[in-house]
Amino acid sequence: MTQTAVILGVGGLGCPAALFLCEEARVAGFSLRLLLVDDDRVERSNLSRQILYREDDVGRLKVVAAGRRLSKSAPWVEIVPRPVRFEASTSAQLLRGADVVLDGTDSFETRFAANDACCNSGIPLVHGAVLGWRGQLLAVLPRVGSCLRCLFEGPPPPGSLPSCAEAGVLTPLCGVVGAAMAALASRILRGDVAEAAGRLHTWEGASGRQRAITVPRDPGCPTCGASARAVRHPSSGGIPCP
Amino acid sequence: MPVTVKIPAPLRPLTQGQAEVSLENAPTVKAAVEELSRRYPGLRERLLDDKGALRRYVNIFRNDEDIRHGKMLDTSLGAEDKLTIVPAIAGG
Repeated sequence: MTQTAVILGVGGLGCPAALFLCEEARVAGFSLRLLLVDDDRVERSNLSRQILYREDDVGRLKVVAAGRRLSKSAPWVEIVPRPVRFEASTSAQLLRGADVVLDGTDSFETRFAANDACCNSGIPLVHGAVLGWRGQLLAVLPRVGSCLRCLFEGPPPPGSLPSCAEAGVLTPLCGVVGAAMAALASRILRGDVAEAAGRLHTWEGASGRQRAITVPRDPGCPTCGASARAVRHPSSGGIPCP
Repeated sequence: MPVTVKIPAPLRPLTQGQAEVSLENAPTVKAAVEELSRRYPGLRERLLDDKGALRRYVNIFRNDEDIRHGKMLDTSLGAEDKLTIVPAIAGG
């Protein structure tokens, strides 16, 4: 049976996550269909950390350039490029049939929207993020463990936290977190992940320190709490259950 | 023994680059935040909103416990407790 993984954002995290997940499918012996979702084009400044792209990809849609490279290196995977943004109008179509979603986008609004849509539709979500020298990974298993809104109530107002452009991103840390996202997604696809639910992993690139904390489910969580079904979240674009 | 506060990288410009800060007189998380804010101007605004509540995109753990699921800022602190500040990040 073919399983479907959706990668939101084919950037610093999405590139290594896609590469490693394709290889993991071959090694672990599962049939994989991989949706690549991103409406951005490759910029020269991306090349240092978005490892699927080369100089001659500059100006191309990321999902097209990444899809070509992955199709050559991993012909056993069905690659489906989707040059669209994940938002209210596209989420239902993008998540249809998904077995796992990997979120490596660079927008708080998209991240909370992905969390809400995945929780509402019961699709496991691998949330990965990096900023400066810090990385985070959270396994969101709907109805099993906590979600992103159990940890943070919502996205910050624009400008209140430093962006990637302001704080930079440690290039090798993208590889570390992206590979960890692929490993977690592979475990989810193989059904070997219950103890990972709600575990928040953090990396400090400067010290090499890694920590793991269990984020408890919040009974009052507007997304995954007891009375959360069909709740819409204006702060995340209000994406309802697909 | 003091309480140790782990400062995440995005907030270290406010703590003169320090990754860990030791506090001697902090019986609660609120007292710890106030002491941090006294030492490092600007930190309070990054952690608390205008009403003095923890901002919704920041979390604090006492050791491995999420204070949002306990007494929030009134969570008590004891000797050798470790506080970890976890801000939301969205880079990818």
